[in-house]
Amino acid sequence: MAKLLAVTIILIAIGSAIPIWGHYWEAPADVSTHGHLIDSQMSDTMVESGICFLVSQIVLAVFIWKYANRGREHAIGRIPGGALGLVLLAFLVVGSEVIALGVLGTRAWAEVYFNPPGPNAMPVQVQAGQFAFYFRYPGPDGVFGPIHPDMISEATEYFFGLDTTHDAAAKDDIVTAEMDIPVNREIHLLMHSKDLGHSFFVPAMRIQQDFVPGLDLSLHFTGAKIGRYEIVCTQLCGLGHYNMKAYLSVLSQDDFDKWLKQEAALQ
Amino acid sequence: MHNMPADPTLHHAPPQGFIRKYVFSLDHKVIGKQYYGLGLLAVFTGMVLSWIMRIHLGWTNAPVPGVGFFTPVGAPGGVITPELYLQIMTMHATLMVFFVLTVAPFAAYGNFFLPIQVGAEDMPFPHFNMLSFWVTFVAFCVLVSSFFVGDGPTLAGWTAYAPLSAVGSAAGPGQGTGQVLWAAAIGIFCIGQLLGSLNFIPTTLDLRAKGMTFSRMPYTVWAWFITSLMGLTAFAVLMPACVLLILDHVAGTSFFVASNLVINDQLVPHAGGSTLLWQHLFWFFGHPEVYIAIVPGMGIVSHVLSTNLRRPLLSYKVIIGSILTIAFLSYMVYGHHMFVSGMNPASSLAFSFPTLIITIPATIIVLIWLGSIYKSRLRINSASLFALGFISMFISGGISGFFLAQPTIDIMLHATYFVVGHFHLVMAVAAIFGIFAGTYFWYPKMFGRMLDERLGKLHFWLTFVGAYCIFMPFHYLGFAANVRRYQAFVDDYTIHLIPVHRFITVAALVTGAAQFIFFYNIIHSRFWGKPAPDNPWEGTSLEWTIPSPPPFDNFGGKHPIVTHDAYQYGVDAPNGKDYVMQDAPEDIAPRAPAES
Repeated sequence: MAKLLAVTIILIAIGSAIPIWGHYWEAPADVSTHGHLIDSQMSDTMVESGICFLVSQIVLAVFIWKYANRGREHAIGRIPGGALGLVLLAFLVVGSEVIALGVLGTRAWAEVYFNPPGPNAMPVQVQAGQFAFYFRYPGPDGVFGPIHPDMISEATEYFFGLDTTHDAAAKDDIVTAEMDIPVNREIHLLMHSKDLGHSFFVPAMRIQQDFVPGLDLSLHFTGAKIGRYEIVCTQLCGLGHYNMKAYLSVLSQDDFDKWLKQEAALQ
Repeated sequence: MHNMPADPTLHHAPPQGFIRKYVFSLDHKVIGKQYYGLGLLAVFTGMVLSWIMRIHLGWTNAPVPGVGFFTPVGAPGGVITPELYLQIMTMHATLMVFFVLTVAPFAAYGNFFLPIQVGAEDMPFPHFNMLSFWVTFVAFCVLVSSFFVGDGPTLAGWTAYAPLSAVGSAAGPGQGTGQVLWAAAIGIFCIGQLLGSLNFIPTTLDLRAKGMTFSRMPYTVWAWFITSLMGLTAFAVLMPACVLLILDHVAGTSFFVASNLVINDQLVPHAGGSTLLWQHLFWFFGHPEVYIAIVPGMGIVSHVLSTNLRRPLLSYKVIIGSILTIAFLSYMVYGHHMFVSGMNPASSLAFSFPTLIITIPATIIVLIWLGSIYKSRLRINSASLFALGFISMFISGGISGFFLAQPTIDIMLHATYFVVGHFHLVMAVAAIFGIFAGTYFWYPKMFGRMLDERLGKLHFWLTFVGAYCIFMPFHYLGFAANVRRYQAFVDDYTIHLIPVHRFITVAALVTGAAQFIFFYNIIHSRFWGKPAPDNPWEGTSLEWTIPSPPPFDNFGGKHPIVTHDAYQYGVDAPNGKDYVMQDAPEDIAPRAPAES
């Protein structure tokens, strides 16, 4: 039975690695300018963790195979190096991983979170609510009109509660149900929740950030490949959470300008 | 440390009558069994709920057998509605985390064996101990009662993130009465566990038998002691957080609700609260809770493994030191649950490093286990199989933690099935393997009957392979950005993942069904199992020096004197055995362990 367990552990270990090795199931391909940093960090972690996983499981299996059911005629032995050797090994292996992954891996995080958006970044506001995203572009004046929570109404499609009668900045704001952006143009995404906690996850764009009610946050990113990508909510927000989604379309500058003009006409 | 008091009247008298003996018992062993029974009830309920979830996730529009009968509104025609799915998910997780993973390895085994292993007659505060169980039982009843009130239990998940959990029924079904009952149940549960910790700590510090120095305590005693210390601080934070949450519901306060929120086109009448405050309070409890669930398992596995390797582990001090380090660091890492929550991005890095560093003591423990198997005399039985399975699961789940410790990678894996796979392997499956190892090891002592070893091994094989078939594919789903807590997969990029979900569902049904072998074994053996000898596994610690099951006062009026450490295995004892009991007379001290 011990040998069977040893073989089973090895088969499970190798079997678990095959789908990773074969890239059976993967996230949508990266279409952002910063995503390669995340992907390479993921690959490095996969290699280091994968080796640790396989080696430890195989060592466990080999030891079970060799040392199970031994009678008292076999002397109890001490592994070379003893406990101190194993402690040093843990510090060496895991410590070097901590340094390699922990320190070097902060680059992508810093790229997204520590560097402010460039001066030419295009502002877009996203508002999350049960169970939809709505987007707002500031219009020709480049300024968003203030949100009036008491005027927000899904029923009358006042999604942002804009007072276009009294707020000059709100008059040219463009509210849309889909987020379109020009390719290779940095986007400064301003995030607002009208009701509960939500999240903004675009797997292809390699961005994920929670909405915090009462606290407006921002993100910046650049879409590098024309296409249509899904935006999903990852923060449990109620019964329709699974279906809270929208699309992010990366367009050529000309197509984006046309689209924005059309949307402006619909306001 | 001192001798047990000679006057037994200092402790409670032998129980008289059914109620005092079996219901409101003051005996730590009965209370331990009560906790174990509660854990079994909760794990059975939680498992059935997980079956319903898995069937629904695999075949979303298909009716789930039997569910429509119980809740025609939640599952018209048997087809689960989105809200019922989330309610079942929340109850599954809450039951499993609190009433199984906390109750069974810590409260159940700790109650039964901690006093015995330190050589005590009972806990120092038996009435508090009794209260601890019954308060926990009330918490269970309050939680389950939410199935039967209003629009059902909360759907906000076991993490109960505000403001979804704080704004009332406007946010969805179950968010009114159901959510308040959840918070009340967890608050009450915290009181129960605090009462438990208040007994465990002085039992360890003050009731140790003569000669039971800290360095002679079994691993399990250390594990329960350290868990008690963690529980004391963790539950002491969660309990007031639950009170604040309830106040937001019933007293109009705004601890967790910000100003100007609009739900269903209505302005929410709250102002000035912080939604992130709940997350900080919850995870300050929540991450130590992971270790509250797993540290007793580490102790049990170390204890079971030493006995079955027929040798002491390579280093007692290193194991204890590593567990202490993990417990200490567990308070510095909670922010890794909140990398993308909106807290200061610099704090993400501050939380990331301790999270990465905590893998060092965890790795050390694994290496000590592995190194101890080397040239041992490993005995294969149900208990040792589950202990070895624990190591395998702990390795798998622990290594996947390396991904989630990094904020950069968390951008892609946060809130995906990778997280589900990770915490199920490292916290749930590994901990449950620890519970199983403990059951197969200690059942003879607890009930005086042997479990059926053949059934135990069959149970192990189906559970070991089955658990990997369920939880390893979750990681693949996470890599594919499959978001968790969805009742159906409607996103274009997730459609091709549905066959993986169906595979997991089949594996979950089979693995769950295999647990009935375990249920049958423990019930059948209770009445018809072979009578257990006092020391069936040739163990050395004090529980093996007394009859199976132990008498009311554990040591039959005697006071053990401990003369050896807990793991004198692999020796050539003068009596011809390869082990020396902890209370063996000092003049039969063994020769040095045989090593090559």
